[in-house]
Amino acid sequence: MQERDVTKGQETLFDTEEMVLNMGPQHPSTHGVLRVLLKLDGETVTDLDCDIGYLHRGVEKIAEHDTYAMITPYWDRLDYVAAVSNDLVYVEAVEKLLQVEVPRRAEYLRVILTELQRIASHLLWLGTHAIDIGAVTVLLYAFREREEILKIFEDFIGARLTAHAFRIGGLWWDAYPEFVARVREFLKIIPGRIDEYETLLNTNRIWLSRTVGIGVLSAEEAINLSLTGPALRGSGVSYDLRKAQPYSAYPEFDFEIPLGENGDTYDRYLVRMAEMRQSVSIIEQALDGLPEGPVMAKVPKVIKPPVGEVYHSIESPKGEIGAYLVSDGTGKPYRMRVRPPSYINLQSLKRMSIGHLVADVVAIIGTIDIVLGEVDR
Amino acid sequence: MLSINTILLLVAPEWVLRLTGERQPDVFWAEYIVWPLIQIALVLFIILTLVAYLVYLERKVSAFIQARLGPMRVGPWGLLQPAADGLKLLLKEDIIPLKADRAVFMIAPIISVVAALVVLSVIPWGAAWATIANINIGLLFILAVSSVSVLGLVLAGWSSNSKYSLLGALRSSAQMVSYEVGMGLSIIGALMFAKTLSMSGIIDAQRADGVWYVFFQPIGFLVYLISALGETNRAPFDLPEAESELVAGYHTEYSGFRWALFFMAEYTAMIVTSAVAVTLFLGGWHFPGLDWLRGQTNQAVFVIASVLIFAAKLAVLIYAYMWIRWTWPRYRYDQLMDIGWKWMIPAGLANIVLTGIYYVLAMPKAQGGLFGLMQSQATQMGERLVPTAWGKLYFIATGFAVTIPLVWLLLATINRRSRDFNLHEQRQLQMNLRRERIQKSAEPQAAGSAQ
Repeated sequence: MQERDVTKGQETLFDTEEMVLNMGPQHPSTHGVLRVLLKLDGETVTDLDCDIGYLHRGVEKIAEHDTYAMITPYWDRLDYVAAVSNDLVYVEAVEKLLQVEVPRRAEYLRVILTELQRIASHLLWLGTHAIDIGAVTVLLYAFREREEILKIFEDFIGARLTAHAFRIGGLWWDAYPEFVARVREFLKIIPGRIDEYETLLNTNRIWLSRTVGIGVLSAEEAINLSLTGPALRGSGVSYDLRKAQPYSAYPEFDFEIPLGENGDTYDRYLVRMAEMRQSVSIIEQALDGLPEGPVMAKVPKVIKPPVGEVYHSIESPKGEIGAYLVSDGTGKPYRMRVRPPSYINLQSLKRMSIGHLVADVVAIIGTIDIVLGEVDR
Repeated sequence: MLSINTILLLVAPEWVLRLTGERQPDVFWAEYIVWPLIQIALVLFIILTLVAYLVYLERKVSAFIQARLGPMRVGPWGLLQPAADGLKLLLKEDIIPLKADRAVFMIAPIISVVAALVVLSVIPWGAAWATIANINIGLLFILAVSSVSVLGLVLAGWSSNSKYSLLGALRSSAQMVSYEVGMGLSIIGALMFAKTLSMSGIIDAQRADGVWYVFFQPIGFLVYLISALGETNRAPFDLPEAESELVAGYHTEYSGFRWALFFMAEYTAMIVTSAVAVTLFLGGWHFPGLDWLRGQTNQAVFVIASVLIFAAKLAVLIYAYMWIRWTWPRYRYDQLMDIGWKWMIPAGLANIVLTGIYYVLAMPKAQGGLFGLMQSQATQMGERLVPTAWGKLYFIATGFAVTIPLVWLLLATINRRSRDFNLHEQRQLQMNLRRERIQKSAEPQAAGSAQ
């Protein structure tokens, strides 16, 4: 295409120019306050730029002024739709620093809660992703089941969204008497409900034509972009920290890592749906083998880890979430760094979107599964 | 209301004839001014209430589909919700963006809503006086006037001076123009049987033939329904207002009652397209047994019964629209155009050709037909060709057993190369290509896992 001096303005009647469309930060489908600048040729995206930082709170800096126990709630507010998983990575990182052995019952309960949170997070993703593509009803169905999980959380943890679930060294308290029965009851419902969503979407022609072949990432590209989580596994790379670097009680459970083949939006959708089923199986195993015993290790009241540094990462619903802590021996960390999966996965948006239409950008933002609280920190 | 009356007078030759004195009215004022005004007021009142309650119904239906309750707070079962909504919209601030083209911005919703409401005048809501204007070009009038409404959307998008509105307006104009073609083609098959454009005439023709045209024209009916979804911007073709992409499309910048006018236009268009489908394909207000009722009771009962039948048929179609909207995802812009141009238009054209062939073959032998399955018969519409019992069977059999496979074959031929036609095969092809590429490349695939 011939280059044109933009300062000269329109020369002929048939001159065309690319339109810059500003999507967000206030936009229904950027999943928060993400601002996307789209350069459009007609409706085809020729260039794309992400503008983030609208939700920046400076969590990493705040952490330097708080004691180790005080930092935990900040982690709930990173990926606020998967607060329990975020708690787990921080708590385990501090435990690694302190070299504390967590009781097995606590580990099992942690796994149950984290996997429940994974289902809840995937349900929220499914609902919002579907509503972005126009299937409104799936959102309501997904929220109906998510509500059950949140009720279980509320009774156990005391909060629904920003569940401050874990305590350094174990849990705040033991599970309430009906906890196991209620989780089992939920597990009885959920596989049928997942089938229900799949009936709505899996073979729906419109869903297929909106997701198949959209935002394709090859395995190589996905690795080069350092994607993690379902976004990576959708491209066929078998990398799941629950298997790759087993933590907590995960080595004791038998589960599979669902993989995609084509790396398109549809495969990532299938991967997440399959992951929910795997989570159900993990929770069932954990409930069956739930040991008795204490839920809290002996941890000093004032936590002063020895001088040193630690990096710990787990598989959150979004991907690898990591906590890097540097201790100088005092009660507050010298430095805390978060490895946010959403932020790093968001880098793939440009690669996936160029050449697609505006409507596909929305589908692609949905398929990456970002939470802006985690992107901006 | 006055403007509608004026327009009616302008477009209805029969009325003009009467007014110019070629046909003598009984009492001029009573018959041509007062009575039509009453009719118009009645229809406008009922339809506007219906539109308000259609929104309520939409919310209730969506709630039913989504395992919710829907509006429940205002009145019993939320029945007063439409009134509350209307009041809220009336009282809201009317915001006009600073950089908008004020005059065009203000007139655009009016164009939309007027175009939608004018069409109501020729819809045969029921027998006898339940039809306001039985003009002899009724269907043409509906197609012509409803295509004016796209002007309202384009002007709204342009004058808002917002990129989202502009994109929405572009989409909607392209979409409505494309789908109007399909819609126009789909009704021609039915018109061949009806031999009239008058809406009441079409219903009378179906009564005379004794068959609803949906049985003669299954493909025409399907194409019409799908095109109507596109024409009225309903899901899964609701791209002009795709909220996940374009916020609200062409009416992004509108608020208060101006926005409500667009809303009203949309729902009225939904009623109109459904009413046309009912008239053309589902026999209008006709129902087996209704003619018997005419002999049994007085005129008023008969007319009200016919109106109720029409409303029931309308309700079925509108429920289907809502059902589709709340179950399916949304098509993408290019896919929508594909469906319009590569599926609806060829199907409509093929349907016309095939119907024409069947019709000519079935004509009486005296008139050059091959089978002679139709006979000339005196009906209330005058002398016309009516299919015999075997003729009806013949038309139904050809419509289902010949047209559907042939049209499918045609569409499959046209679309066999398109991406969306055979998704799974295309996908397998892509996967194989990728596998080959990976195998060819010297570097081993970086299937790195830390296992």
